[in-house]
Amino acid sequence: MSALKWTYEVDGTDFTRAGEASSNVKKKLRALGVPSDVIRKVSIALYEGEINMVIHANGGVIDVEMSPDRIDMTLKDTGKGIPDIDKAMQAGYSTAADEVRSLGFGAGMGLPNMKKNTDEMRIESTVGVGTTVYMTVYI
Amino acid sequence: MQEFFHSVTLDRDKCQGCINCIKRCPTEAIRVRGKKAYIIAERCIDCGECIRVCPHHAKKAVTDSLDILKDYEYTIALPAPSFMAQFNNLEDVDIVLAALLDFGFDAVFEVAKAAEIVSAATRKLMQSGRLPRPVISSACPAVTRLIRVRFPGLIDQILPLNAPVEVAARMAKREAAAKTGLPPEKIGAIFITPCPAKVTAIKMPLGTGKSAVDGAVAVSDVYPRLLSCMKETAEEGALPALSQAGKIGISWGSSGGESAGLINDNYLAADGIENVIRVLEDLEDEKFQDVDFIELNACSGGCVGGVLNVENPYVARTKLYRLRKLMPVSLNHLEDQDDPDALRDTLRWDTELEFVPVLKLDDNMFAAMQKMEQVEQIVASLEGLDCGSCGAPTCRALAEDVVRGLASIDDCIFYYKRQHKKEKK
Repeated sequence: MSALKWTYEVDGTDFTRAGEASSNVKKKLRALGVPSDVIRKVSIALYEGEINMVIHANGGVIDVEMSPDRIDMTLKDTGKGIPDIDKAMQAGYSTAADEVRSLGFGAGMGLPNMKKNTDEMRIESTVGVGTTVYMTVYI
Repeated sequence: MQEFFHSVTLDRDKCQGCINCIKRCPTEAIRVRGKKAYIIAERCIDCGECIRVCPHHAKKAVTDSLDILKDYEYTIALPAPSFMAQFNNLEDVDIVLAALLDFGFDAVFEVAKAAEIVSAATRKLMQSGRLPRPVISSACPAVTRLIRVRFPGLIDQILPLNAPVEVAARMAKREAAAKTGLPPEKIGAIFITPCPAKVTAIKMPLGTGKSAVDGAVAVSDVYPRLLSCMKETAEEGALPALSQAGKIGISWGSSGGESAGLINDNYLAADGIENVIRVLEDLEDEKFQDVDFIELNACSGGCVGGVLNVENPYVARTKLYRLRKLMPVSLNHLEDQDDPDALRDTLRWDTELEFVPVLKLDDNMFAAMQKMEQVEQIVASLEGLDCGSCGAPTCRALAEDVVRGLASIDDCIFYYKRQHKKEKK
């Protein structure tokens, strides 16, 4: 059978809505009987990704593809891009604005947490054009 | 699958088949079929929201009648901390405790006393660092049941200790057996319960094989008669000193009280079932940092908000605060307990909590994926009004019922009308 596909628009102006995609996916994976450790990894990685899209890129689109053996997530934005991906992957490195940090976000753990909770992760980014993050969790 | 007992039940004669309860149920456990509500037993967590919201009083909590006192040679009343908040101008808990003896119980054992021991044990367990953080309270049985059906990833974080009422029953019965020499089956420990979830927790416990609590009578059933006993007790003059609990114990009666007993500022306390669900969702996404303990109460305000209580929860909370002002901090410590082994058995869970996947579409993941595809197709063909007229709480819930073979898509009046019009053409 073909994979199940879900698409979510991430609103870049509203902090409080970040997490909608992750909780929706969580609900679906639970109904499908996906093991809870897999659900946990997917939802953490997705939530961090959503927050990143809101903080840095003014929103974007998330595509989730669920196959019997794997879950693929593509997070695409048209934000300012990441100049140095290696640096961005370092724990604690952050370019978030002070106002974002004052809300408790922007601790520089987003990408490292996404990496930690996925089996595969790849980032494509062009400064001024946007960023796409590909993540996979195997079931 | 094991059989289900639920305290929350339906009075079919009173049910009008309206949609109030189905919309409010946090686990989507109610459907209206054939103009009557129907509770899906394996989904119900006995939170009592439907009892609160039903305008026809068709939802009720099954509790034990007061006749249960006749079933035992020696009976012990177990009043909850929130119970003490139900009375006007109460300055001394001893009046209530003494009145319970006049009421017909042979002894009283405050659940607040056991709560202080649970607080002390929780502090010790948290210090050991063995529990995954943040630790989630196990005191509210509706929350524990909610986690069991909806948040499997959080089961390991639940505090593996019995709730204060269970601890109280075990301690009280041990005391009573030593004092009277009676065999355990002739001693009845009866909880005066603020909510149906506690009744279910006694009949079908989680975390322990068998509950030591022998029965649960509703606060609302005890209250009127107890008031007259209290009047007589007060007139008798000098009160016996019965109370054995302090601030920490009685504070468990309202939200934040259990956390305060941990003497650690890194806690979060949420109350009201919708807020509880939001916290659990966030917890699953690891949104909280530097939180050691999470206290969750299904009822607004905590146990004072229990659906079987008589006083408004917010008034009750104020009364609780006033009452505890003059109390000592805590009268119960782990060190005072003379038998540490018995205490450990009294406190620790002996049965592991297991995930019950009641929301799953199919046991086989392939089949579940196919069913989900069908669900999405059906959802796309519905209006998306979530009106509840079909008897399911949302369009998606109807679609899932259709795919599970429990409902027909024609149950949607809008869909039905559209099909009918098409046929006419």
